[in-house]
Amino acid sequence: MNDDQIREIVFRGLRQIAPEADPALLRSDENIREALDIDSFGFLQFLIGLSEKTGVEIPEADYEQVFTLGGLVNYLAARIT
Amino acid sequence: MPWEPIRKNPDTWLLSPQLLDYGRTCAEFTWDGVRRELAGFPGGKGLNIAHQAVERHMGGPNQDRLAMRWLGKDGAVRDLTFADLSRESSRFANVLVKLGVGKGERVFVLAGRIPELYFAALGTLKNVSVFCPMFSAFGPEPIRQRLERGDGCILVTTLRQYQKKVAALLERLPQLKYVLLTDAPEDLNGTVLSLPRLMGAASSEFVIPATDPEDMALLHFTSGTTGLPKGAVHVHNAVLTHFSTGKYVLDFHPGDIFWCTADPGWVTGTSYGIIAPLLHGITSIIDEADFDAERWYRILAEQRVTIWYTAPTAIRMLMRANFEPRSRFDLSALRLIHSVGEPLNPEGVVWGERTLGLPIHDNWWQTETGGIMIANFAAMEIRPGSMGRPLPGIEAAIVRRSGEDTVEVVAPGEEGELALRPGWPSMFRGYLHDEERYRKCFVGGWYITGDLARCDGDGYFWFIGRADDIIKTAGHMVGPFEVESVLMEHPVVAEAGVIGKPEEIIGEIVKAFVVLKDGYAPTEELRLELIGFGRTKLGSAVAPKEISFLETLPRTRSGKIMRRLLKARELGLPEGDTSTLER
Repeated sequence: MNDDQIREIVFRGLRQIAPEADPALLRSDENIREALDIDSFGFLQFLIGLSEKTGVEIPEADYEQVFTLGGLVNYLAARIT
Repeated sequence: MPWEPIRKNPDTWLLSPQLLDYGRTCAEFTWDGVRRELAGFPGGKGLNIAHQAVERHMGGPNQDRLAMRWLGKDGAVRDLTFADLSRESSRFANVLVKLGVGKGERVFVLAGRIPELYFAALGTLKNVSVFCPMFSAFGPEPIRQRLERGDGCILVTTLRQYQKKVAALLERLPQLKYVLLTDAPEDLNGTVLSLPRLMGAASSEFVIPATDPEDMALLHFTSGTTGLPKGAVHVHNAVLTHFSTGKYVLDFHPGDIFWCTADPGWVTGTSYGIIAPLLHGITSIIDEADFDAERWYRILAEQRVTIWYTAPTAIRMLMRANFEPRSRFDLSALRLIHSVGEPLNPEGVVWGERTLGLPIHDNWWQTETGGIMIANFAAMEIRPGSMGRPLPGIEAAIVRRSGEDTVEVVAPGEEGELALRPGWPSMFRGYLHDEERYRKCFVGGWYITGDLARCDGDGYFWFIGRADDIIKTAGHMVGPFEVESVLMEHPVVAEAGVIGKPEEIIGEIVKAFVVLKDGYAPTEELRLELIGFGRTKLGSAVAPKEISFLETLPRTRSGKIMRRLLKARELGLPEGDTSTLER
C-alpha cells in the first residue's frame, strides 16, 4: 500500500467523525484533532476504526506519533504488511 | 458485587491530612471561621476573589513563588509567579477600565488553556466585572446563546476562534462592545482589538475597588432539559467555599503541586483550575494540550504533581490504555487523586489503587453549587462507587416531594432527590434573567439538585441517576432541547429527539433520532451530512455523535417528545409506563 492509498483510508475515517470538514486540506504537520475539532473520544474512535481497516494496532503509548497527518501516514506505512 | 471499603491509616502518613476527624471538623466548622482564616480585604473593603487569590500574597513569602506552570502543546513552558499574575491581571483590569467596562459587566473568554485566559479571569474579578468562560470546543450557536443571554460586552478570544465562529455572529450581538484577540499584533478594526497591544500599553498597577461579598463575580452557563442554557450567577463570597474545599477535600498543604485537568470553560476548571490553588498559595500545572495518556503520565512524573484532580472520562481512557505507568514513570510525588464530573465507577476507584498506587477520591457538585459539596476525604474510608459525605458546613439530604411546596427527608437507603440546605457561600444567586426557573429549584427549605441518589446508614451518598433528560457526556451537561432545536434548522429534518446513550468511556454519548420531511430518504450520505451540520453549529462538545432515522417520534398526547421511551427502545429495555403516549 502506498502513502496515497493510506491517506485515502485515513480521510475516509476522518469523514465519519467530522463529515463537515475536508481532510484533503490538512497540512501534513497540522494537529488533526485541532484542525478538525475532534475531541479525545472522537479521535479514539477514529483510531480504532483505522486499526480495523489496516490491521495495524496503535497502542495509546504511540498516540503522540499520530497526532499529525504526516505522522499518522508514516506510522501506518511502516507497519502495514 | 459489593466492593470492599478502602480503609485508610492516616496516623502513619508523613503529612497529616487537613481533615483528620470528619465528625469533629464538621461539628466545629463555621463559615465565620473560614472568613477569619482568609483575613479578608484590608480596610473593610469587603471581599474580592482576585484579592484573596493573588494580591493577598504580595509582599509576603508567596509573592515570588510559582503560581502557575503553563505547559504549551508544542513543548513551551511558561512559569508565572504570584507577582507575575498580579501584574498581568492588573494590566487586564486596566484594559477593561480603558474600554469603559465597569462593575457587573460581563467579560467572556473563548479560548483554550492559554495564559491570557488566566490573566483575563483574575483581571476581570479585580475590576469587579463578571468572568464568564466558554469551552473552546463550542460551535457558533452555543457561543451566540451565551453571549446574548449573558449580555456579554467583552469577548476575549483567539484570531482563529474569532474567524471561524464569532465574526459571522457580530451583527446579532449588538451589546458586545469589543472583541479582544490574544494573538493579533494589531487591531483588526475599531471594535476587534489586539489584546497584546492593549496590555502592552496598560499599567501593571491596579487598586481593587471595594467589593461587596454579594457582588456578582462569575457566570457559568449550564444546560437544562427544556429551553436554552441557564447562566448560574456566583458572587465573590463563593471564595469561602473555594478556600475551604481546597483545604478539606483537595487537602492543599504549602508546597503542593496541583493539577486540575478540567478546562476553565466548565465550572471545575474555574473554581479549582484557577481560584482554589491560588488562595492557598500553591503551584498549579496548566496543560494547554488535550488528553493524551502518555503525555499525562509524563506531566505527573516530570512536574512532581502531588495532588491531581481529574475526571471519570479521563480515568476510563487511562484504564483502556492499559499501561503499567509506574514501570516507566516516577509517580512517587503523587499523594492524592480526586475525580469529579460524573460518578466514578468502583472499578475506577480500585484501578487507581492498583495501577497508580492510590485510590481515586470521587466527589460531587454541580455548576449551581459553585464548589465541592459531597466528597471522599483523604483520611476517610472510601466506599467505591459512593460520592462520599457532605463537606463541613454543608447539609445534604435525600428528599421526596410530599406536596406542592413541601418535601420530606426519606429514610436511609431509600431513593430520592439529592437536596442541599441553602445558604452556603458559593450557592448560585440566580439564573440570569430567569427568576422563575431559579425559584423552582427551591422547595420546602431545600435546594433540589435534580440528581437522584440515596444515603446509606453511615451518611455516605450514592448517585443513582438524573431526575430529568439532561445528558452527561464526558462530564459535561448537554440539554437535549438545544441539540434538537439546531437539528430542526436543517431543511430536511421534520423532527428530532435527543438522548444520552450510555457509553463505557464518556458516560453517555449524544444520540439523535431524526424524522425526515416527506420526500427524503434516510441514506448514509444524509446521516453524515446531519452529523456535520450538528458539529458546524454546535461544536464537537455538544453535537450528536450518532444519528438514527425514525419514521415518527414517540410523543405524549400533549406533544412532548418521550425521550425516556426513545432511550428504552435504543437500549432494548422495558418501555415502562406508556399510558400518556399518543397512539
